[in-house]
Amino acid sequence: MNQQNADIETRPTHKHERTPGEPVNRNEDANHELSVRVRDLKLWYGNNQALKNINIDIYQKNVTALIGPSGCGKSTFLRCLNRMNDLIRSVRIQGLIEMDGRDVNDAKMDEVALRRRVGMVFQKPNPFPKSIYENIAYAPRMHDLVSRKAEQDELVERALRDAGLWNEVKDKLQEPGTSLSGGQQQRLCIARAIAVKPDVILMDEPTSALDPISTATIEDLMDKLKKQFTIVTVTHNMQQAARVADYTAFFHLGELIEYNDTRMMFSNPHTKKAEDYITGRYG
Amino acid sequence: MSQSFDEITAQLKRRHRKSARLKWMSMGALILAAAFLVVFIGDMLVKGLPAFQQAQVQVEVSYTEQSMQIPPAAVNDEVRNLVSRGYLRLIPGRMRDNPELMGTTRMEWVLADAEVDQYLKGHYTRLSDSQKRTVDRLEEAGRAELRFNTRFFTSGDSKMPELAGIASAAVGTVLTLIVTMLVSFPIGVMTAVYLEEFAPDNRLTQIIEININNLAAVPSILFGLLGLAIYINFFGVPRSTPLVGGLTLALMTLPVIIIATRTALRSVPDTIRQAAFGVGCSRWQVVRDHVLPLSLPGIMTGSIIGLAQAMGETAPLIIIGMVAFIPDVSTSFTNAATVMPAQIFTWAGEPERAFIEKTAGGILVLLAVLISLNASAVWMRKKFERRW
Repeated sequence: MNQQNADIETRPTHKHERTPGEPVNRNEDANHELSVRVRDLKLWYGNNQALKNINIDIYQKNVTALIGPSGCGKSTFLRCLNRMNDLIRSVRIQGLIEMDGRDVNDAKMDEVALRRRVGMVFQKPNPFPKSIYENIAYAPRMHDLVSRKAEQDELVERALRDAGLWNEVKDKLQEPGTSLSGGQQQRLCIARAIAVKPDVILMDEPTSALDPISTATIEDLMDKLKKQFTIVTVTHNMQQAARVADYTAFFHLGELIEYNDTRMMFSNPHTKKAEDYITGRYG
Repeated sequence: MSQSFDEITAQLKRRHRKSARLKWMSMGALILAAAFLVVFIGDMLVKGLPAFQQAQVQVEVSYTEQSMQIPPAAVNDEVRNLVSRGYLRLIPGRMRDNPELMGTTRMEWVLADAEVDQYLKGHYTRLSDSQKRTVDRLEEAGRAELRFNTRFFTSGDSKMPELAGIASAAVGTVLTLIVTMLVSFPIGVMTAVYLEEFAPDNRLTQIIEININNLAAVPSILFGLLGLAIYINFFGVPRSTPLVGGLTLALMTLPVIIIATRTALRSVPDTIRQAAFGVGCSRWQVVRDHVLPLSLPGIMTGSIIGLAQAMGETAPLIIIGMVAFIPDVSTSFTNAATVMPAQIFTWAGEPERAFIEKTAGGILVLLAVLISLNASAVWMRKKFERRW
């Protein structure tokens, strides 16, 4: 802990002009159209500052993984992106989160509109206690994305296919979503999120409650989905970050310590803290 | 050096004795409580079941001009005092409704006087010895017997025990509870929804919460005073009516429904709310489409229990004049009416012995309704119980 201040710039920095928020190294294969721009984001729970000066550019149609030890603020940060923190009463937020030219924390931004474009998948699969069909159809119907029954059926099928669940559930669409296995439930939740055609999907440790096989299925799915969506995922599992993410951000004690191309992050991290975490010295 | 098994066993003996003693004491308490219940129900059954039977006698009824003027003349002297006076008074009316009866004399089973009824049931009676002999003679001839007392369920209160029934009180209870539910259910549920899902957590809402919890513990007669002051004196709602009774009971039921609804809402896991917010529901959509449907069984259970409580309530209704002599079955929310517990209360104060069994009979009916209400609440809870 006492090295905290010393270690940030212990290694020679790459000599390239970086704006705050840019990754240390660029992944030349990745798409670099900006999806979300975060500047000087600070967040307090009551008097306890949970996020300190976060600067990060999140790119479209990439998987960005947020890693870090428990309590580092990665989930809190994720939940800023669709304003789920609004639901917690003592939260205070400062700074800019810009999406499509708009500040999401602006008073004029309707959080319902935001969540329409920024979907979310939670740690524990939480399908609605309704039928599989209803789980998918509910949100598009609520947002008036479908008008006819046939359209709705088509959308449900599309979403379930995209989530890789269609073949498993096509014969039991009227059964409760909660009757599926954990991994299937999580894919149902992903299908539910993509059914409203968001731009960004936030995933808060989506596989931590799942077995390894279901986890692998979800990881494959993330890889497919990033062709259509921007995915930001929180994970405790560094192998997972290494496998699925294009960019990885390492959080520690509320600070974004390093944001880097995933391959570089895991082979040659820029900061000592990230290296210590990745090599398993703490965390 | 550790202790041997024998040493440990010797020490344990005392502990085992102690726990056995405690076990027997708690079982004794249970048996005692069960015994009280059995004695109470048994006593009510012994006293109340006879109320469901009523004595009838077969007598000659002559429908003449004279009985039109002086109804008691329709039956002969010997049995005149054995027949219900209230029944005799109905004769002219029946003759008017059925003109073909005029001039005929028929053997008819008619309602006996309460004293005859009590005599046949083996209770104390004020009948004279000669009257008793007459009744004995009629009984031997098969002309006096106990029959099922439909009148108990179809007529209102009466000063004559043989005519008294719980119908007016039962209808009054239904009308009153309709008002209670129409008022307290929507207000209670919406209050709970606001407090649980919308309200900020500040001092004001905390004070409101504490006061709602306190309200549930306020002696019910105070609600009667409140009802009297506000509804009757201030708003001028007619007294003794199901309307004012229902409004008063609604005040009492509100905190019960609010607390039950809040508990039900709180039992819906937050993951469901997050899922709903996550797909872009507004706060109201989260509540309407997800939280409320899931908590409805709990809300219904709580409301039924609140309803059952209101149904058994007497004290506040005394204050607003619903403990009254109501012979007619009320048909509107603004006619004077009484409710079942109030009817029981009224009968308990009547001097005639025959009202003892009416009182117990009324209690049995009320108990049966309350038990079935509570059973339906339990059934609902079991049926819709959800495991997360």
